[in-house]
Amino acid sequence: MLSRPIIEARAIHKSFGPLKVLDGVDLVVAERELVFIIGPSGSGKSTLLRCLNRLEEPTSGHIVGDGIDVLARRTDINALRRRIGMVFQSFNLYPHMTALGNVAFALRRVVGLRRRDAEERARSALALVGLADKADAYPAQLSGGQQQRVAIARAVALEPRVMLFDEPTSALDPELVGSVLRVMRQLREGGMTMVVVSHEMEFARAAADRVLFMDGGRVIEQGPLDCLFGAPKSDRLRAFLRSLERH
Amino acid sequence: MELFVSSFLNVEVVWAARALLLQGFANTMLLIAIAVPLGLAGGLLLALLSLTPVRIARLLLAVWVDLFRALPPLVLLVFVYEGLPFAGLELGPLGSVAVAFLLNSSAYYAEILRAGIDSVPRGQWEAARSSGLSALDTLGWVVLPQAVRNVLPDLVSNTLEVVKLTSIASVVAMPELLYQARQAQSVTYNASPLVAAALIYLLLLWPLVRLLSRLEHRLPSRM
Amino acid sequence: MSGWELFLFSFLNLRVMAEYLPSIAAGFLLTVQLAALIIASGLALALLLAVLRSLGSLVLSFAIVLFVDLFRAIPPLVLIVLLYFGLPNLGFTPSGFVCTWVVLALVLAAFAEEIVWAGILSVPKGQWEAARSTGLSFFTTLRCVVLPQALRLAIAPLTNRTIAITKGTALGSVVAVSEILAQASAGVSFSSNPSPLTLGALAYLVLFGPMVLLARRIERRFAWRH
Repeated sequence: MLSRPIIEARAIHKSFGPLKVLDGVDLVVAERELVFIIGPSGSGKSTLLRCLNRLEEPTSGHIVGDGIDVLARRTDINALRRRIGMVFQSFNLYPHMTALGNVAFALRRVVGLRRRDAEERARSALALVGLADKADAYPAQLSGGQQQRVAIARAVALEPRVMLFDEPTSALDPELVGSVLRVMRQLREGGMTMVVVSHEMEFARAAADRVLFMDGGRVIEQGPLDCLFGAPKSDRLRAFLRSLERH
Repeated sequence: MELFVSSFLNVEVVWAARALLLQGFANTMLLIAIAVPLGLAGGLLLALLSLTPVRIARLLLAVWVDLFRALPPLVLLVFVYEGLPFAGLELGPLGSVAVAFLLNSSAYYAEILRAGIDSVPRGQWEAARSSGLSALDTLGWVVLPQAVRNVLPDLVSNTLEVVKLTSIASVVAMPELLYQARQAQSVTYNASPLVAAALIYLLLLWPLVRLLSRLEHRLPSRM
Repeated sequence: MSGWELFLFSFLNLRVMAEYLPSIAAGFLLTVQLAALIIASGLALALLLAVLRSLGSLVLSFAIVLFVDLFRAIPPLVLIVLLYFGLPNLGFTPSGFVCTWVVLALVLAAFAEEIVWAGILSVPKGQWEAARSTGLSFFTTLRCVVLPQALRLAIAPLTNRTIAITKGTALGSVVAVSEILAQASAGVSFSSNPSPLTLGALAYLVLFGPMVLLARRIERRFAWRH
């Protein structure tokens, strides 16, 4: 690994009651790297992602994000989260604000920009995702693909050091997936560090530096996509790849 | 503290007033047994009337319902009890309460039941009628059961309100629980009978409030 | 006198009405003040309680649920009478106005807290997560993201409940508050004619009728969207 890690998660455990969702996961993400996480549902991949910005509190483990101890009590978690952008499966746009309002809100409230500056920056973020003309539309007036791009703009506008994508295209109709993936490719080319949980193998093939395969709360295999897919070492990965082919 | 206990939680005073309180409780149960079925029956009748395709009928029902939503039930009761005798209509306490509650509660029940009937898909009527069921059978066996289930929280909530509202009968000298407790309080100069009455209402209605809380928090989420 | 004339003479006697118009107008003003106080303090307390409940403290939530249950289960008139006739035993003599205000404000707070809380619960968890993931604090998220959505859902049941409870100002007549009903009732006994009651009922309709119509409009506009 050439550059310093932006995320360094060590021995992450997470249990919900008796259920072990993460069972000692390590994840190191270097600057400008795109890590792609695959695995069957219930493998813990979304939970891992949500631990990285502390939407879930790990039961034990250490996470350093952008040089800061994520799990420490004295860490200003809100300041840290601003530098770790997150995009959700269900978009989660604020339905009572326009696209522009959605993007500008945290710029005003968290970054502390004045209204005009926040809106200017929000407009350029919307332009980046190809939605400059939809600034005044409410989420209910946008297609799923457009909503997800607004959600990406909302995260990008805060100029995060790393972006987490939690199945960003799973809730979309097939014909709308392409527009979202294009925006993600564009971010990637701009040098954004990204961790992506997704089933979009085409995207992984084109953009991922490294693929992680998770199952049962552990990382089973990891490496460049061709190695993993060309010569899977574990039965579980082989089974998972077969299940993908069937679809 | 001692003063508080002796004047609000005085068991001896309550015990001495037990006959009054028991009689009051019995009368309150009687009022409930009259007011709730009367309101429900009147409400159902109004809701069914509003099913007519005649627009003016539905408008009249809406005006009727809004009238009683705007008028305090106590004003209605006092009007019936104090006002109607001037027109030669002397109903007495129980009769006045029955009439006032019929007018007031049926308006609320009608609104709820109408919303319930509206929530049953048109196809249910059509399916039942096409299988040869009469209109009355369709209503009673197919539509109303679904309608009631769909608005159950509102029905329970309104019933809770009707039960609590029976306490206003004390104003027209109906010897129900609050009236009797107030009698005992004024004789003993001790508030404990009133506290006892409050506790009796609490014991009677707490299960209903809990049930309601559980029904209400099962709200539909929007995503 | 024919039946119709008797009816007019009894219930719509303009001479009697004119005589008692000033006192009922005074009752109207007092009722408006009482209603405004109940609504303002009841809803403010409800919002405060709902926010406290969202903090997730078990002890706090339990205490709030207890308060809510208590004031939902006991008839307001019982509480008003209890305060008015009971508190003098402890050396306080609150006026009937204060007793009615306090009780109805607490009852409204109890009901409204439940409605607002149900609204907060119905806002999807993803809204919290999205807001927090951009670095917004708990309170900013609650105030600017969750509450606007929760209140939008709550507004129709909230207006209906507010009207139903605020109408309880008439209960003040039992504890010597000179509101509309008390003034009208006094008018009936002085004049031996029920027309003041008609006027009182009309005064209540003037006060709450517009609120009911407003509630209807809100109901149509902000209906639950499934």
